[in-house]
Amino acid sequence: MFLNSLLTNFAALEVGQHLYWQIGNIRLHGQVFLTSWILLGALLVFISLGTKKMENDPKGLQNLLEFLWDYIRDLARTQIGEKVYRDWMPFIGTLFLFVFVSNWGGALIPWRLIKLPSGELGAPTADINTTIALALLVSLSYFYAGLSNKGWRYFEYYVHPTPIMLPFKILEDFTKPLSLSFRLFGNILADELVVGVLVFLVPLILPIPVMFLGLFTSAIQALIFATLAAYYIGEAVEEHH
Amino acid sequence: MLAFNFFGATEGGLFDINATLPLMAIQVVALTYILNSLFFKPVGNVVEKREKFVSNNIFEAKNKLSEVKKLEADLLTQLQSARTEAQRIVSEAEDESDKLYKEALELANNEANASKEKARLEIESQTSAARDQLSKQADDLSELIVNRLILEK
Repeated sequence: MFLNSLLTNFAALEVGQHLYWQIGNIRLHGQVFLTSWILLGALLVFISLGTKKMENDPKGLQNLLEFLWDYIRDLARTQIGEKVYRDWMPFIGTLFLFVFVSNWGGALIPWRLIKLPSGELGAPTADINTTIALALLVSLSYFYAGLSNKGWRYFEYYVHPTPIMLPFKILEDFTKPLSLSFRLFGNILADELVVGVLVFLVPLILPIPVMFLGLFTSAIQALIFATLAAYYIGEAVEEHH
Repeated sequence: MLAFNFFGATEGGLFDINATLPLMAIQVVALTYILNSLFFKPVGNVVEKREKFVSNNIFEAKNKLSEVKKLEADLLTQLQSARTEAQRIVSEAEDESDKLYKEALELANNEANASKEKARLEIESQTSAARDQLSKQADDLSELIVNRLILEK
């Protein structure tokens, strides 16, 4: 009896349900785009407000944005290296901001109050499509970074330091996007599910520490994603002698 | 076709991969360009301009500081040489005044000696004159006494 009610409660969480949009014969997960547009819109408004009147003595929002910029620059510079970090800083920063805004937006905004015909709104990063898209972009980026910086010598990386490494390095090209996408997807989805289940079982007080933990995980995941992306790019452009 | 399924799910499911993936990728790439022109470039310009300004100022201040130190050292050597010069002049003046004092002293001594000698000579001559007169008077007196004694007889 109890198990049965628990299962129906789980069903009420609507795991794996999507709001489908049909355009021609392609199908999209509408809820992912809706939340991402709202969150990215908020991010862009925030950034436009902060950069509207740039001064030499930063005030208010500009201060915060400069701190953010400095943080992203440090991240890119330490992982990619002094030489090419400038080219990749916008990409790394975008990944960080996108993942961070998606994770926190998914955790902080009570999306559940908005009823959809099917599925429910939530963090865009809790959808496997988003995380795979991000991870594949990272893969493309590090290939492009390596090839554009070192030409065909990029492939020396696969036999460095010995040719024995070749199969492992090839395998790495597949495990990198796989681990990137599933780490992010798993963490954010698990966090949403844990909070959802707890809210369902004990609606008062008890979910709050878990929600804080979720915020912490969300921020950490954004940092991990951006740092790893920068690390992979740095690894591809690194000159080894 | 872009749509394919994981784990045999025909509709929905956690691993339902479809056209959301490439569209999301395009959206993120577009976001990269938008954020680059809205955020990374303008903020970077401001921050780097300020960093350059600060480092320039520090460089200038360092230059000025080294110049000040050089001038200070220069002044110190000048002060030192002025001090030794002053010392030399003072000691020279002291020597000269010493010499003058000695000269004057010697002159005065000589003069005093001379006058002393003159006085002594005068005293001596007067003494001898007085002695001569005394002995003459004694002679006179003795002659008188002798004459008297002879007369009384």
